[in-house]
This record gives sequence, structure tokens and C-alpha cells, in this order.
Amino acid sequence: MSEHIKPVSRYTTGARINHWITAVSLILLALSGMALFHPALYFLTGLFGGGEFTRVIHPWIGVVLAISFLGLFFRFFTLNLWNRDDTVWMKNLGAVINNKEEGLPEVGKYNAGQKLVFWGQSILIFALLCSGVVLWDTYFATYTTIDQKRLSAVIHALCAIGVILIWIVHVYAAIWVKGTIRAMTQGSVTGGWAWKHHRKWFRQEVGKP
Amino acid sequence: MSVLQALDLRRRSASSVPPPAAGKPAAVAVAKLIDVSKCIGCKACQAACLEWNQLDQPIGYTDGTYNNPTDLTTASWTVMRFTEYEHGDDLEWLIRKDGCMHCDDPGCLKACPAPGAIVQYTNGIVDFVSENCIGCGYCVKGCPFDIPRISQTTSKAYKCTLCSDRVVVGQAPACAKACPTQAIYFGTKDDMIAHAGKRIVDLKSRGYQNAGLYNPQGVGGTHVMYVLQHADKPSLYAGLPDNPHISPLVGIWKGVMKPLSLAAIAFAGAFGFLHYITKGPNTVSEHDEAKADELAAGKDRA
Repeated sequence: MSEHIKPVSRYTTGARINHWITAVSLILLALSGMALFHPALYFLTGLFGGGEFTRVIHPWIGVVLAISFLGLFFRFFTLNLWNRDDTVWMKNLGAVINNKEEGLPEVGKYNAGQKLVFWGQSILIFALLCSGVVLWDTYFATYTTIDQKRLSAVIHALCAIGVILIWIVHVYAAIWVKGTIRAMTQGSVTGGWAWKHHRKWFRQEVGKP
Repeated sequence: MSVLQALDLRRRSASSVPPPAAGKPAAVAVAKLIDVSKCIGCKACQAACLEWNQLDQPIGYTDGTYNNPTDLTTASWTVMRFTEYEHGDDLEWLIRKDGCMHCDDPGCLKACPAPGAIVQYTNGIVDFVSENCIGCGYCVKGCPFDIPRISQTTSKAYKCTLCSDRVVVGQAPACAKACPTQAIYFGTKDDMIAHAGKRIVDLKSRGYQNAGLYNPQGVGGTHVMYVLQHADKPSLYAGLPDNPHISPLVGIWKGVMKPLSLAAIAFAGAFGFLHYITKGPNTVSEHDEAKADELAAGKDRA
């Protein structure tokens, strides 16, 4: 293998820590939430010290996630604004899925799929936070009616399933597109990866010191 | 025979229960019948409930009505609710003994996520099992009658047990035992319905044309029933629901959503796996790396 240009920096140390706090809390929330959602998964409460501890800890992990995700939101939302190329990219989603992304418009730091993941999680996590507060009886039981709590329970479950589905897409994409995971573990990607998947962004980055 | 079979459970929250042992006689449904027309509002039932269940209701504040305490609490599992019903020149004092209705189709039990925290015995009594309760408050959302209360100190849910510990040894609930006017009856559900029929005939003969039995079918009937003077308008009685049923929202949340959600997650996982084994990974080739070098070199020269 010949010598190539040095790796291209994609995520700062701060962004990576921010991401992994969000990731760990999201996984813990999914496990504890699913435990209380479906009786077949109630055994997962064992991971959190039993049913009562699961009930106690779940909303607090939610607070950690909300704050942590807010950090990611402000770091990345300008890079996730939709543009015309994204619409073209989405129309050619079939080609992307078939590993034939050549010929599509050059992609900036994020492609349309990543942007949809970003906005999907932003909206759903906000809805989960709002409905979650309504369900947090320990502190907020008296502020809402029972009917509002019932509606919140349905919204909370629906949004949680949405987040989990998007999370599966997010994780799978990182496994499928080789060379991606090192962006979040080491902070950088190879020049080839940047050239192939995010050429517009790569053009901006190569000029930098 | 397993312990659960010995308990004669019909339903158990978030779990399935073994059927009753084959040799057992069919269970007899019990019921409490509260004849609102015979109630004098003395609150002996409230006192008896506190005493039998060894509950301590702290002294509170009056809100200017006879309701005392003003609402159900973790210690007051039954409360007399007083309504002044004016119609024409007439005033009626409607006094309803509020508390768990022991629905045949219990919304609390269906909403409960903790296995065995809520049980329904084969005799129809719905009971909370504190050691399994996790204090999530889902029972509050499941209940069509706003009955369960969550303790701030123990974080457990509480409500009327229909004195399941007395019934199991052939005793009537403490409230029924204490009632001085026999406004509270207890027996088999069939007997209670028959007795209510006689009381309704009597009330109708005395001018209460709409007298009737409150045994709402929206929750499969209840094991606590009322004889009401105005059975056509249950809501007159301090907001007793006219047609109680488990909220459709709870029905969705605890019904179709559970299997559909797990199916969607499984499908997403399976789709990813199938994609990987059919389309394969998206890899960066040596050619891509070379193109990147080229582009970078071009930039350097510029």
C-alpha cells in the first residue's frame, strides 16, 4: 500500500465525547424504556437493579440525553440544513443503497440521509422530553390531567420506537459504510473516504492547515 | 399445585397465569352492592376501612363541604362524596361511597408493566401487590374511575382491596360490616344483582322512576355496584362516569402498539442484515485514496 495524505479531521475531541455521552444514554434509555413497555422485555429491568430502580433512573438518564443532545444539536444544526442537492440525493436513494453513489451531486459534511437522521432525532427527542416530563409522576404528577398523561404515554412510546428505528439506521450505516466508525472513535477519516462520500466537504478541508 | 394456582388468580399484570387446578369448583364471583338511597353519610365505612387496613389518614383541611377527606388518598381507600342535587323545588342529597369498582375488565391491571403487581382473583377482586409494584403510575392512567393513588413516601400504588384478606376467610368487607343502615351489602354477584332488583322495584314504587343498578358493561361489569335513584344520570353522583371504559389511548398503548413496535424493530434489524449480506459493505478503494491524494495535491499547487 502506498503512502497517502494524512487523515482528514472530522470530529473534535469535544464532539466525540458529546456524541458518546448521547449514545450511551440513548442505549440505556432504550433498554430501560423497552423493559417497561413490553412485559416480554421486563427482564431488562435487571440491568438497572430491578423495576423500581428502572422507573427511578429512566427519566434522569433522559435528562442527561436531552442536555447532551442539545449540545450535538447546536454543534451540527447549521451543517444539516437542507439544500437542493439533498433532494437530488434522496431521489437517488436506491442507487445509494445499491452502493452506486457515483454520479450523485457532491456531498458536504452530511448527506441527505444523515440530515434526516439528525432532524428526525431532534424532533423525536424533543417530543420525548416533553411527554416524558408529563409522565414523570415523582415530580410532575399534579401538573397534568390523567387524559393528558394517557396521551403522553402513547406519544412517548411512539416517539421512542421512532428514535430506536432511526438509531438502527444510524448504526447500520456506520457499519455498512466502511471507514466511518473511526470518525467517532479517532476523530478522523481517510482522504479516500472523504473523497468518496463527502467530496464537497473534503474540498473545503484539504486547503486547511 | 403452584402457589399462583393456590391464589386462585384469574389475571396477573404483565404475565400469564396458570389455569386453576382441574379439580377445583368453578369460582363464584363476589360483589359489593352500595345502595346509595339508604346511605346516611355517617362515614362509618370510612372509619372501618382505616381500622381494618390499619391506615393512618393525617388530619387535613375542610373545603366547606362534607367531603372529608376531600379526595381518595393512599390511606383513604374509600371516601363519601356528597352532592346537593337540585331539581325544580326539590333538593336531594346524593351521597356516594367512592372507591375501587373492581372492574371485571380492569384498566389498571392492563396498564401495569410490572409482572404480578396487580392481580385479579377468580372471585373478581382486583388487588395491588405492593412488593411487585414499581410505582410508575400506569395504573392511574389505566383506571377509568381515577382510583389508584401513588404514595409520596413509599412510591407504591394503593386502593381498596375489597378486603380480600377478609373475603378469603368468608368475611364481608369491613365497610359492609360497619354500615349501620345496611346500605352496603356483600355476597355473590348474582345475589347482589337480584337484591338490587328488589331495591329498584321499591324505589320505583316510591317515585324514583329512573332508579337502577350501576354495573357498567363498558368495563365488563363491576364487582362493586351501586343502586342509584337516578341511574339514567350517574354523573350526578359526584362525577360517576356515565359510560366508563378503558381509554382508547390506553387500549392502543397496551394493545396493538406492543407487538407492532417490536415487529418494526425486528424488521429494521433484519433489513439491515439482509442488505449487508446481499449488497455488501460500501468500501473505499485504493482508487478513491489515489483520487483524494490527487485532489489534495492539486489544492497544494493552487
